[in-house]
Amino acid sequence: MSPGIEVRDLRLRYGRTVALDGLTFRLDGGKVYGLLGRNGSGKTSLLSVLAAFRKASGGEVLVGGQNPFENAAVVRDICFIRDRVDVSDDERVSAALAYARDVRPNWDAAYADKLVNLFRLPLRKSVSALARGQRSALGITLGLATRAPLTIFDESYLGMDAPSRYAFYDELLNDYLANPRTIIVSTHLIEEVGSLFEEVVIIDEGRLVVHEQADGLRARGASVTGPAADVDRLVGELRTGRDLVVLGEQQLGGTKSTTVFGHLDESARARVRASGLELGPVALQDLFVHLTKKPENLENSR
Amino acid sequence: MFDDRSPIYQQIAEKIKDDIVRGVLGEDEQVMSTNQYAAFYRINPATAAKGFHELISEGVLYKRRGIGMFVSPDARERLRAQRRERFFDEVVDPMVAQARVLGIPLEDVVARITVIPTNPDAGSAA
Repeated sequence: MSPGIEVRDLRLRYGRTVALDGLTFRLDGGKVYGLLGRNGSGKTSLLSVLAAFRKASGGEVLVGGQNPFENAAVVRDICFIRDRVDVSDDERVSAALAYARDVRPNWDAAYADKLVNLFRLPLRKSVSALARGQRSALGITLGLATRAPLTIFDESYLGMDAPSRYAFYDELLNDYLANPRTIIVSTHLIEEVGSLFEEVVIIDEGRLVVHEQADGLRARGASVTGPAADVDRLVGELRTGRDLVVLGEQQLGGTKSTTVFGHLDESARARVRASGLELGPVALQDLFVHLTKKPENLENSR
Repeated sequence: MFDDRSPIYQQIAEKIKDDIVRGVLGEDEQVMSTNQYAAFYRINPATAAKGFHELISEGVLYKRRGIGMFVSPDARERLRAQRRERFFDEVVDPMVAQARVLGIPLEDVVARITVIPTNPDAGSAA
């Protein structure tokens, strides 16, 4: 009911452009996953292959153990909501909902009605006449009420204001609690939605940067701040014998702040405290920014 | 409510401990379920479950199968003892360091402490 996902050495090319460059990771299924990446990192390409909207150029994707491409039995269980709604523009909102009701086996009409009211969707308007945010809200309504065992939202909140986005997050979480399934959410708005993720997959330039429990990632960043020479010396000491990567450095006058990524054990933390330097946390959003800043990055599956 | 700067499960565990120390959650009182907690604070239920699991393994909460999770009878006293140990390191020493930086004589600090009236909410009602 909640399919797992296996991605092995996945490659996707558009002509000479390489969109996915040997991605490998595994999702157990039944969780809420965050897919993070910069614009052009390959998020939509990856999700398109998962949802069988595109055929892989190389490698393999399995959804619930099967290749989804041109596989009706698998595709029936997948709902992919892109940043635009996949219905023809001259159709009315009501017709788009009726179509989903007819083709989707788990469609919950009562829940769809509730979401239509929540997002104040005008049923009689044609989809092309909807404002940007309303179109997103229609996509979200379709995505949630379909109750597909694999539900994918690809930046589905574009044009929605903050109250509508938070309404979406609340519905997503509550509906997941009531109907657990595999949900993938790709987003830039990590601060808003990061707490909903159990696991996070970060990709950059078509490659995997990190796949880890969201809370594990939150624990792995730290910043060391103080007089520049002291910070440099201490970070150098900490890195000997530890798998620590320097993600970024900032300097203002004589004060320096170095962001490191890796597990800081208690002895490392005690050493920073004893040195009188400041040891600070790094927000998930900042970690994401640092991890995707440079192309030559940590290849780090779990 | 919870921020993204440290593991959320730890923040959850700390918040529940705070509630127990301050007496907001009494002994043998039932705490919210994992799902209620997740929905209320808008966090992933597995993350919430991890926070609760930590509290159970520390003996702060206990589980009654099929009913829910409850505050251990001795949790408050044990947490208070733990926090008393940390109090001077985490509260007093930084305060003294700050006072020195600002040039405030320690006698002034002590004098101030002795005139602060006892706050009835401060958790002395053991």
